Amino acid sequence: METIRLLLVDDEEDFRTTLASRLKKRDIDVTDVGSGNEAIELIRERSFDVAVLDIKMPGMDGIETLRQFKKIAPLIEVILLTGHGSVEAGIEGMRLGAYDYLMKPYNVKDLLLKVEDAYRRKLLEETQQRA
Amino acid sequence: MVWIKERFHKWTRIGTPDSLYNDEPPQKHYDRLRRNLMIIILSMALTPMILMAIINYHQYRNAIRDETIKPIQSLLTNLKHVLDIFLAERKSSLNLIANSYDFEEINNQAKLNKIFMVLREEFKEFVDIGVIDSSGLQKTYVGPYNLKGKDYKDQSWFKEVMVRNEYISDVFMGYRRFPHFVIAVKRDLHNGEFWVIRATIDTAKFNRIITSMELEPESDLFLINQDGILQTPSRYHGNVLDKYPLSMPVLTQISSAVVQETYVSKGYQTLIGYACLDIKPFILIFIKKPGEIMKTWFALKSELFWVLFFSCILIIGATYGIVKTLVRHIQESDERRGTALREAQYANKLASVGRLAAGVSHEINNPLAIINEKAGLMKDIIERSEEFPEREKFLKLIGSIHGSVERSKVVTHRLLSFAKRMDVALENIDLADLLKEVIGFLEREAFHRNIDLRLNFDPKLPRIISDKGQLQQVFLNIITNAFEAVENGGMVHIITSIKDESYVQVVVQDNGQGIPEKYLPHIFEPFFTTKKKYGTGLGLSITYGIVQKLGGDLTVQSKEGDGTTFTVIIPTKSKPYLEEGNHV
Repeated sequence: METIRLLLVDDEEDFRTTLASRLKKRDIDVTDVGSGNEAIELIRERSFDVAVLDIKMPGMDGIETLRQFKKIAPLIEVILLTGHGSVEAGIEGMRLGAYDYLMKPYNVKDLLLKVEDAYRRKLLEETQQRA
Repeated sequence: MVWIKERFHKWTRIGTPDSLYNDEPPQKHYDRLRRNLMIIILSMALTPMILMAIINYHQYRNAIRDETIKPIQSLLTNLKHVLDIFLAERKSSLNLIANSYDFEEINNQAKLNKIFMVLREEFKEFVDIGVIDSSGLQKTYVGPYNLKGKDYKDQSWFKEVMVRNEYISDVFMGYRRFPHFVIAVKRDLHNGEFWVIRATIDTAKFNRIITSMELEPESDLFLINQDGILQTPSRYHGNVLDKYPLSMPVLTQISSAVVQETYVSKGYQTLIGYACLDIKPFILIFIKKPGEIMKTWFALKSELFWVLFFSCILIIGATYGIVKTLVRHIQESDERRGTALREAQYANKLASVGRLAAGVSHEINNPLAIINEKAGLMKDIIERSEEFPEREKFLKLIGSIHGSVERSKVVTHRLLSFAKRMDVALENIDLADLLKEVIGFLEREAFHRNIDLRLNFDPKLPRIISDKGQLQQVFLNIITNAFEAVENGGMVHIITSIKDESYVQVVVQDNGQGIPEKYLPHIFEPFFTTKKKYGTGLGLSITYGIVQKLGGDLTVQSKEGDGTTFTVIIPTKSKPYLEEGNHV
């Protein structure tokens, strides 16, 4: 299995950088940005396997970012993070094509499992498209 | 006018929201409303009717009285004229005699005999006739008695005839021994002397005139003189020369007849008519006895009374019915409004709590996530370094940070799930599993308090489609209530069964203190609580609301001292309520 290229988008810097370094320690290629706009610019330049998006962000929120992601790079798998129990937002995200969503605070093992699952699905879809 | 308006407003004021919460017991308020409405409507309906009845009564009475009085008046007037003419004729005939003869001519027995004969042919009621000279001595006399030479000088009638030239006496017996009266006429002579002609008249003719009026049997008609002595016999008021038994009429010399209503014995109404004669101050009296006069009147009066009576009863009955229905409707609508108000308040309260819970948990979840990640990173670093001083101790510390984060997470997630409680999410549920889960929460308490918890689950119970979280809440509330109701060592019995094709039933029975009967109707009302200090009064009302929302029913039976039984009926397939649950 190749290294997973992961894009982490969260406005909370403390959280983002800490999570990023933890994931890096688990051999994941993490790029982290603090806003939806930066994230969209980034995926125009580079390709990613999985994106972890916080739903509640100032400026462009997670749902809108997700919508843009699916236009620019439809194959990228997105895992949504939500700080409050807004199930509606979660459901809306799933409808827009997010792979899954997780409620903060989560166990890092759960996140890793979901990231790996998402990555596997992405590979599967890529293979299917090629075929 | 203003005070009437205020008063009216006050009287008819119906349950305004503040009156729902004031200290007055609501039932009393509606009783008062009912009473005031009754008074207003009845007074408006009955006053004109009673007024009309009174006016009619007086009109009828006057009409009837007029009808009775008019004939009496004309009878009296006619009779008075007849009697006046009668007396006037007798008097003029004596005047004629007195003026036709000189004293010398008439003071002759044979001549007087002849005159008397002629007079008798004309007027049979003349009994005798006599000539008296100015000294009062009866000089000549014709008649059945030997009265020649009788001296009238000192008698009152003689003195009166001397002054007035003529005289008509009252009726009297005299020595003739039958009722009669006397007419005397004076004739002056040139030398200052005079003579008097005096005739006696039998009253029989008088009586015949009166009886010829052919009175109704109950009536009475007679003459009295000024002193109240009967001049003619009467039917019911004494014979000739008896004293008139009733009070004397107060009369001025009025030529027309007067009719009065008086009350005599036993309050009966009597009509008495009076007429004074012109020639002689005799009073003609007509008395009509009660029964007759008022028979028609009484009949009419009682008809009037009964019509009024039944109308009143009808109006009172109808008003009572209408007011009762009206007030009941008002009361019901007030109650509905009150309930709606309370439900709205309650929903509002829940919504605020929900928003608060969602906000708080979000605000806490983010820093928690940071703590979690930082601690996680620390752990990663420690685990990956070969040599770290006091490695085990740090790992243990980080473990307890993780534990605390986990605990906080449970709290914030519970808060969030409370905020979501109003949504119905349908799932396929095994009711027995669900109940066991709920009981799992309470098992420790049951164990500590030595509560005998008996489960009696029907193994054939079908799986149901309903909201798991909501049902958990329902049974948690009911079973917690049962636990609170029993003493240590008490018994709580939970039974599931199939009610029919589309419903299952869960019965939760306890042998606790029971619910007093007066509270039973209120226990599902929001904010009703008997646990003054620590109850919100929401538990059972939420429970009831949830069961209703899921399409089921919650009922309670209780006997004070014997325990309480809650019965929950749940449809095997709840209808989805997608729209309703979104208001939080």
